[in-house]
Amino acid sequence: MAAIAFYLGRRKALLSGTGGVRLHSRPQQYGTYVAVWMAIPALAIGIIAAAASLLHLRVPSAPFVFAFCMAGAAVGLGYALRQVEPSMRARTAIERFIQFLLFGASLISILTTLGIIVSILFESLKFFNQVSLWSFLTGTTWSPVATYREGQQVADSLFGSVPLFAGTFMITLIAMCVAIPVGLLSAIFMAEYAPYKVRTVAKPMLEILAGIPTVVYGFFAAITVSPLVVEAAEAFGLEASYTNALAPGLVMGIMIIPFISSLSDDVINAVPNSLREGAYALGATKSETIKHIILPAAFPGIMAAALLGVSRALGETMIVVMAAGLRANLTANPLEDMTTVTVRIVAALTGDQAFDSTETLSAFALGLVLFVVTLILNLVSIIVIRKFRQNYE
Amino acid sequence: MANEKSMPASAFLRRRYRAEKRFKAYCIGALGLALLFLVLFFADMISQGYSAFVQTELQIDFAYNEETVDFPQSALADDVYPLVSRAWFRNVPRAVQNNPELMGTTQTIWVTADADIDQFRKGHRDNLPDDRLATLQRLDDQGRVAYKFNSNFFTHGDSKIPTNAGLWSAFVGTLYVMLVTLIISFPIGVMTAIYLQEFAPDNRLTQGIEININNLAAVPSILFGLLGLAIFINFFGVPRSSALAGGLTLSLMTLPVIIISTRAALRAVPQNIRHGALAVGASRWQSVRDHVLPASLPGILTGTIIGIAQAMGETAPLLIIGMIAYIPEAPDGITQAATVLPAQIFTWAGMPDRAYVERTAAAILVLLGLLIFMNSVAVYLRHRFERRW
Repeated sequence: MAAIAFYLGRRKALLSGTGGVRLHSRPQQYGTYVAVWMAIPALAIGIIAAAASLLHLRVPSAPFVFAFCMAGAAVGLGYALRQVEPSMRARTAIERFIQFLLFGASLISILTTLGIIVSILFESLKFFNQVSLWSFLTGTTWSPVATYREGQQVADSLFGSVPLFAGTFMITLIAMCVAIPVGLLSAIFMAEYAPYKVRTVAKPMLEILAGIPTVVYGFFAAITVSPLVVEAAEAFGLEASYTNALAPGLVMGIMIIPFISSLSDDVINAVPNSLREGAYALGATKSETIKHIILPAAFPGIMAAALLGVSRALGETMIVVMAAGLRANLTANPLEDMTTVTVRIVAALTGDQAFDSTETLSAFALGLVLFVVTLILNLVSIIVIRKFRQNYE
Repeated sequence: MANEKSMPASAFLRRRYRAEKRFKAYCIGALGLALLFLVLFFADMISQGYSAFVQTELQIDFAYNEETVDFPQSALADDVYPLVSRAWFRNVPRAVQNNPELMGTTQTIWVTADADIDQFRKGHRDNLPDDRLATLQRLDDQGRVAYKFNSNFFTHGDSKIPTNAGLWSAFVGTLYVMLVTLIISFPIGVMTAIYLQEFAPDNRLTQGIEININNLAAVPSILFGLLGLAIFINFFGVPRSSALAGGLTLSLMTLPVIIISTRAALRAVPQNIRHGALAVGASRWQSVRDHVLPASLPGILTGTIIGIAQAMGETAPLLIIGMIAYIPEAPDGITQAATVLPAQIFTWAGMPDRAYVERTAAAILVLLGLLIFMNSVAVYLRHRFERRW
């Protein structure tokens, strides 16, 4: 149908052009113009009908909707064909339409963010109707009692999220203790010391670490690292749980190394060479230049990289689901089992719970906290990196 | 540094050089440590997983007749049949149905051994009951026990019998999910990038969109799962655990990756190209469509492949939308319940049976192989078609 419209529009343009009048745009642009005018009303009617049926409104039957679409198409076609004449600026009109389309596409990303916020917020509000915000944020016991039917008593369930946050921060801390020194020092090596050849080999190798799926890291942590940690602890006469917090923390640290190193590498490379040369001219050694000139100059960028790393560690799910514990445990000992926010979200949503049960809703409340915290970290680091780039460009 | 003034200059210099060497050694050590992790990791996965690619098979004489089709165990000696995988017995009636000529004949065939036998021969299991051990020994002496390539692993779906479990349904599921993801995220991602890079005025709104995209790239993936659950499944009524739900969710996650890399590719096209097109009378859209896009296509494709590879390894959001169901048969469409490779890995990792551990590691090797292949294609595309301006 669109093809017919295209052909008609083009033909009319060509016919009117034969009189020796100069066309404003190319003939096929008139064709496209007509086709677009025909398609829009038809599609719009179709989409409205589909949306209405989704919202369970009363919708006329499918043939009726189809006929309506056709009528819309005909009206659009008629209108557009009347518009076609040599002086008509078809090209400008198409241009405007395409810009509008592209703009629409770019709004999808905004809609995604809104979608996340709305979906989490609504369910969280339901949760906070049943559990007070204060007891959620300050309670130290997390023990949801399974409710399989709607409307069952939830009086015995406790939703104090402090131990979950403690577990999350503990594992994040361990991860960052691995990732920041190793990532930053490798970035310094690659940016300042490494010959070109080493750099071209080592950089993609590090990026492989970033490309390994998290479920694979989780298996590695659970099957290989956890037993090693337990054995090592026994060698020191300590007792460690098989779902200790150390193993997932270490493996998560390995996972985050490439994020820190590649971002820091970019940042260090962005520091202008004149600063380095100035330091060398004063007789500083390479390491003195790095420590006293380059790192301070690159500090905001490196901080931003570390914050992004923290944000990733907080939201990491598979490693902790597979290797960390399920029990909410408020402790400072990384050899004990601890659980995290993401583990509880998964546990709440993969069980056989009724969708309206308080435990299921608690997943969304935890998700809300996770979203807010990572949003703040991400925004700070995105803005810092933008400012940093602008400073040195 | 307190006494550096009182030190002879040469000693101070030596100290500084030592510090220099030390610092460089730390840096090399850090990089070495990171690479060591990588090597250890791969060595661990390969050593755990390689044995799953072969499987112990037994050579038996099987007489096909009415009775043995109904009760296949009865065709074998009492001491032999516990050694054969239950899954094989289960398939006997189907084999006869597909090939009726078998009826009434006695065939000497290789059949899959029971998982316990297999694990014992691979050294993953310390002991077997004495009678089975004796039978196994006897068959082995007759040359009737051997490792054969484990084709079940690639052609079967998931199964509760480890020797029968394979990746096929997860593989098909992954294909469907990636198809949905690609169809949705590629056009929208490229369009968004074109708008932001080529058309957008520099105002608050577009800056907001840009920051928003950068933030979306760093939002924890599990939150996309919550979005998928609340909006796609509960609001729009997309079937739970279907490839469609998974693909929609993952496409939202892949969008920022595609947008960011497409923008980088568009930015790399020099202004001269645009100005040249505009100078001969092309409109802005024409210059983008006919000149800028073709020039940046390799970069866009590279970014898309990397984004898809990332989505292929993603598990957390799929857990939330229920894609960890037990799927023994490959799905036929995007609205059926499906599972994907990483989800299958997760499911197997949670199985208590020892035989699943090597299968999990082998599945990981397959997944990593696919991802490395996709990434090398991306790197190849970049090198082959990249133009330096």
